[in-house]
Amino acid sequence: MSNNLALMIRAAIQKNPIFILLLGLCPTLAVTSTFEDGIGMGLATTFVLLFSCGLISLIRKLVPGEIRIPAFIVIIATFVTLISMMMEAYTPDLFQRLGIYIPLIVVNCIVLGKALSFSYKNPITPSLFDALGTGLGFTGGLMIIAGIRELVGQGTIQLMGNTVVTIPINMHLMVLPPGALLTVGLLLAAFNWVGDRR
Amino acid sequence: MNLLPIIIGAIFVQNFVLMRFLGICPFIGVSKRTGPAFGMGAAVSLVMTVASFATWLAYRFLEANGLEYLKIVVFIFVIASLVQIVEIVVKATSKQLYSALGIYLPLITTNCAVLGAAFLNISEGYNLLESIVHGISAGMGFTLALLLMSGIREQLELGDVPRPFRGVPIAFITAAFMSLAFLGFSTLL
Repeated sequence: MSNNLALMIRAAIQKNPIFILLLGLCPTLAVTSTFEDGIGMGLATTFVLLFSCGLISLIRKLVPGEIRIPAFIVIIATFVTLISMMMEAYTPDLFQRLGIYIPLIVVNCIVLGKALSFSYKNPITPSLFDALGTGLGFTGGLMIIAGIRELVGQGTIQLMGNTVVTIPINMHLMVLPPGALLTVGLLLAAFNWVGDRR
Repeated sequence: MNLLPIIIGAIFVQNFVLMRFLGICPFIGVSKRTGPAFGMGAAVSLVMTVASFATWLAYRFLEANGLEYLKIVVFIFVIASLVQIVEIVVKATSKQLYSALGIYLPLITTNCAVLGAAFLNISEGYNLLESIVHGISAGMGFTLALLLMSGIREQLELGDVPRPFRGVPIAFITAAFMSLAFLGFSTLL
């Protein structure tokens, strides 16, 4: 059990999909203009990761190597369709704001990458823990980026209609596309700097 | 059915890479030199155009049978098949282009840009001609961004970049300034 927990933590931090593996950058940049959108996208992707990697791990002995990529993509597409329909029904505002980036979870390199590198070669329980760790690491990264962007860009963080934090800074650029690229670029440089000093 | 706003929109105002962040992975990965960057841009443009055509038709078929919810699965399937065909055609007609693109050609399948263009055609309610024009224009915008980036990066390689920024971080910050410049187009439409 502790092995699996260590696996999960390693997938979230040492192999963080955004900052270490540099995967899934399209949605990272696009949906992090608000904190809520970041969390929403992170949790949706975690859902897809858990179910896809779980199913792929269960059927891994049955899938011939040559067709594994199209097979995995169809499995992932199915779960993306599911979460998309659920979000359309239960969280319509979030669904509208995330727009085309929800179906784009299908081509998020994180999901296919995890499936090919881990779930295809490992039993169900480690695969689930690894997928959960990756999803949580992705969500955490999105929260950091979105938190910075919304806080510096609008001076407040809104969560479900309530203003949680307010600071007297209002750099509107941060919630626009250049702000996304700037935030992620600076964060990556910061991670490199910390990594260098160890 | 005014096509000019679609063209200007896709290339400048809502540039696929610098505004919508679709296709950012090959943007960072391939754009180190101008030659391969242009080849990649051309390949993506071709796939985007044909995919816009094919997915639009596929969606009409799904609509006619009440199967719209299958669009995610069907679209990715169509695009994966198209990329396979393009790869075969490129391999047969131009050996240098094929080896220049290398692994990036099959990776166009998982490129957000192609699937993103397909979904945008549907969500914006374009007809067939508008979808194809949108596909071509989005591809041109992608190629433009890639060419600009590769030109800058060729120069950056010779510069004195601080250690933590070398590689991807400085590329992102450069892209941030390019995006800022493209923001200036926002009142064009």
